[in-house]
Amino acid sequence: MQGDVFLQLTVSGLSNGMVYALVAVGFVVIYKASDVINFAQGEFLLFGAYLAFAFIGQFGLPWSVGVLATLLSAAMIGLIVERLVLRPLIGEPVISMIMVTIGLSSLLRAVVNGIWGARPKAFPSFIPEGEVEFLGAVVGIDRLLVIAIAGILLIVLTLFFRHTRDGIAMRAIADDQQAALSMGISIKRVLAVAWAMAAITAAVAGIVLANTVGVSHDIIFIGLRVFPVVILGGLDSVPGAIVGGGVIGLLEAYTAGYTSSGLELIVPYIVLILVLMVRPYGLFGKEIIERV
Amino acid sequence: MESGIFFSDYRSDMSLRRMPLQKVRTGLLLVGLLVFPFLASPYWLHLANQIAIATIGAIGLNILVGYTGQISLGQGAFMAIGAYGAGLLTVRLGVPFYISIPAAALITAVAGLVVGLPSLRLKGLYLAVATLAAQQIVEFVVTHWDGLTGGTEALVVPAPELFGARLNTDGRFYWILVVIALAVALFAANLFRSRVGRAWVAIRDQDIAASAIGVNVFGYKLLAFATSSFLVGLSGALLAHYRSIVTWERFTIEVSISYLAMIIIGGLGTISGSFFGATLIVLLPAMINTVGRSLQDTAPWAATVLPYVQQGVFGLVIILFLVLEPQGLAKLWRNVKDYFRVWPFSY
Repeated sequence: MQGDVFLQLTVSGLSNGMVYALVAVGFVVIYKASDVINFAQGEFLLFGAYLAFAFIGQFGLPWSVGVLATLLSAAMIGLIVERLVLRPLIGEPVISMIMVTIGLSSLLRAVVNGIWGARPKAFPSFIPEGEVEFLGAVVGIDRLLVIAIAGILLIVLTLFFRHTRDGIAMRAIADDQQAALSMGISIKRVLAVAWAMAAITAAVAGIVLANTVGVSHDIIFIGLRVFPVVILGGLDSVPGAIVGGGVIGLLEAYTAGYTSSGLELIVPYIVLILVLMVRPYGLFGKEIIERV
Repeated sequence: MESGIFFSDYRSDMSLRRMPLQKVRTGLLLVGLLVFPFLASPYWLHLANQIAIATIGAIGLNILVGYTGQISLGQGAFMAIGAYGAGLLTVRLGVPFYISIPAAALITAVAGLVVGLPSLRLKGLYLAVATLAAQQIVEFVVTHWDGLTGGTEALVVPAPELFGARLNTDGRFYWILVVIALAVALFAANLFRSRVGRAWVAIRDQDIAASAIGVNVFGYKLLAFATSSFLVGLSGALLAHYRSIVTWERFTIEVSISYLAMIIIGGLGTISGSFFGATLIVLLPAMINTVGRSLQDTAPWAATVLPYVQQGVFGLVIILFLVLEPQGLAKLWRNVKDYFRVWPFSY
């Protein structure tokens, strides 16, 4: 019996963790390209979920078209945000970048509230329901799909950063902006691509959340809970985001399963601080060697 | 009109207010503060008190973020420690407010030291998220330690008494708050001209270079955390006594964010900016509220969108300031002063 509980917790923790990882990947893409941590990622999620609701639930589009439309509009929003808000701030100190994304999060939240209201929405779920037995634990198909989507996204992004022109340009810019500029890389273009990608991954995660959790404002809190994930894995590492997501998801599941005091809300943060004490750049983050 | 700066002794060269115009402005400010409570309606007094408390907190945060360059998302947590510290000392132990407030500020300073410890190894974004962790942990402790804080229940703090007079009105509390806020501003302004303040600025600008010229980086970072959280705890403690009720909802991450917004909009690393930012962030929702209420009769839907408008305007103001005037209101104020300093002969 004890073993069953453990397995069940492991599976649900992992699948939650993969949702976190999906969100965290969006952070990582932006950070890799521009050294900005996007505090509005939670609102990007929210936007993704509500857009999917608008296209599929309100306009009644078939889900494949709806998902496509959601991803396209998310990319548009990412591009607009980059152009209007982030581009004027290239080269400003970290605190300005943090604050501008915080301001953005407040604005986006207000826009979502203004358009769709504060009440939760009923989302016509299109991910097949049902359960599968897996090593003695009962797993929902939607959970497995989440894990699969995260895996696919990881592979796609790794390939992107290794083999495509924009991906390599992003790594070059993250490494040394000046050198990248002198090699003829357009920072503006790469930043725009990065924000569009981050918005798309957030929209994917938003659609997944809309299916599994429902469309409501609680989605924002998932954005907040992803900070331990990205910091744990290292801000500039895609595999780090996946591993961090898994670790935090499991930790939450185990503390929630074996204790009953709401401790799972802060255990990720405690682990985060402990890890940072030993490895200040997270598990997989690249150590920055500073020179004066 | 000024036509150059000439000082013949060190005393006048080192004084805080050097120019005649500066002295006039300081005088005007003091007279304004003195007259204000006799002219203002209770509503405006209430707002002024909120601004005073926010100014103290913003100056505290500015020490850490604006001067030392350590980004903190834990403002709400420190205010919570100050507020609950002062509240519990008064409620449980019956300590009078003039002891409980400094005691709570000291407790917060110690907490600030603990939260500052990771700054030994963490920088920039990683430190910011570590302070976010502190914020979440403090929030959790406050809401779950029922035996001490009363959990999610509100903690009722009796109105403070001084010389037998109960300080339970805005008008009476105004004087305490104004005196403390002025004292804090004076303290901070002088602090930044001292060895300590300059060490902080050196750390902010380049910490490796600072350590190379002999600044004890970790020591001064810790000192910045302690000093900053002392002032933030002070503002939290004042808030507890002023509102006479302490609930955890007042100290969430949103509070941390709005204080960061204050110092960004006001101007990082300036005292006057802390005040301007605090004023704007306190007045903005209040003004929107007033406008919304006045529209209530003509457009009843205004009331329902009011919170969203407040939220959206808050975000928009932050973005606009960062994009258009990154140095904030303090810079705008400086522009105005510069314009009038040589007015009307600006060439």
